[in-house]
Amino acid sequence: MHRHFDEALKNLKEKILRMSGLVEEIIGTAIKALLERNSELAYKVIKSDDAINMLEIEIDDLCMKLLALYQPTAGDLRFITSTMKICNDLERIADLGVNIAQRTLDLLKVPPLKVKIDIPKMATASREMLKDSLNAFVNKDSKLAYEVCKRDDEVDKLNHEIFMAVFQCTPEDQKPVERVIDLILVAKNLERIADHSTNICEDVIYLVDGKVIKHHITD
Amino acid sequence: MKTAVETQDLNLFYGDFQALKNINLRVKENSITALIGPSGCGKSTLLRTFNRMNDLIEGVRIEGRIVIEGENILAGGTDLVTLRKKVGMVFQRPNPFPLSIEENILFAPKIHKTAAKADHERIVEESLKSVLLWDNLKDKLGKNALNLTLEQQQRLCIARLLPVKPEILLMDEPCSALDPIATERIEELMRVLKEHYTILIVTHNMQQAARVSDDTGFMLLGELIEFASTGSIFTNPSDQRTNDYITGRFG
Repeated sequence: MHRHFDEALKNLKEKILRMSGLVEEIIGTAIKALLERNSELAYKVIKSDDAINMLEIEIDDLCMKLLALYQPTAGDLRFITSTMKICNDLERIADLGVNIAQRTLDLLKVPPLKVKIDIPKMATASREMLKDSLNAFVNKDSKLAYEVCKRDDEVDKLNHEIFMAVFQCTPEDQKPVERVIDLILVAKNLERIADHSTNICEDVIYLVDGKVIKHHITD
Repeated sequence: MKTAVETQDLNLFYGDFQALKNINLRVKENSITALIGPSGCGKSTLLRTFNRMNDLIEGVRIEGRIVIEGENILAGGTDLVTLRKKVGMVFQRPNPFPLSIEENILFAPKIHKTAAKADHERIVEESLKSVLLWDNLKDKLGKNALNLTLEQQQRLCIARLLPVKPEILLMDEPCSALDPIATERIEELMRVLKEHYTILIVTHNMQQAARVSDDTGFMLLGELIEFASTGSIFTNPSDQRTNDYITGRFG
């Protein structure tokens, strides 16, 4: 009786998993481009955003149709609504990847900053949060999702440290000012990636356990 | 919210077959409670215990308690006429008396002598207005109720309950013979009626349960598997069997 609906759900799941894979790849490439000062990879990231935007539209459309035509309930309803929200977060994360790539192209026009700021550490932390949030979604693993949420504070802290390190550079090192602004923006983008990964985990917890933990609401 | 009906360890047997297993349920006053579950799960049987309609079936044995207004209605000495005035019922198939529309409405007040003759006109009008039949039927009150459409007959059957001022209305698949627009209007009517009555509805139409009820109970093989607010049952049921049933995975 429900074969057609199950088929449509499966199709939705395949699309959101494909989008997850692409976004994870975009962020990985954007970070690689940044750390390795590779313009080719940065351009690749910028180009790949179109595919993500198309997938977002397709997924939204499919979710709306499933809601309107089948009036899903319970676990199915939670899957569809969570997918809509996760899709939105993924699209934003891809945009942040594009921003990082654009900042990278700017940074390539000037020599690297002499003072050591730990962008690689922060990039790794954000990328791992994204990866684990998507693993939590794919495997319906709310325990992992909780654990990822807790890591957001660490990324916020790293962001603050980078900001302070740049701020405390000598006036000489702070020139050109575009370079330090770009670095602060890159850190901000990485911090936002971690925020969206946290959102994804909150949706995974709702999907799996039916619990709302957003905005620190406790039972 | 006050409790209108409460069952305590309710068991019901048809001969050797146990149709209800240890049901503990609390129905809130002035609310709509839906009972859902696959055919044969016991939901209609449970509904019929609330005005002791099962007494009419041979070989039925009931254990436990059903408390309405502090009294166990299963206790010996319960006045069934009073009980059934208090707990009215509407069935799947409309069953008007083969009398005029007016006589259908006035049947109970006349039998129970609850209304003066001078009030009859007002009672007929109010009852028919409550179920949105007045405008169509006000000039045909003498017409035989069996000549009405099925939809009108069902509305008349609900209207017929109201003059004896029941407290609880039992509805067993009340919309299954109606088209979607009539169904929606009956649902709207139920929302209006719940201000004055407590409504229990058995339905196969899950969207109907979701739309109209405040609380939902899911039954399976004679057991009440889960009972919770309708919002929580339809978004986040706690039992996997409830989830599987309402998402259409079985049943």
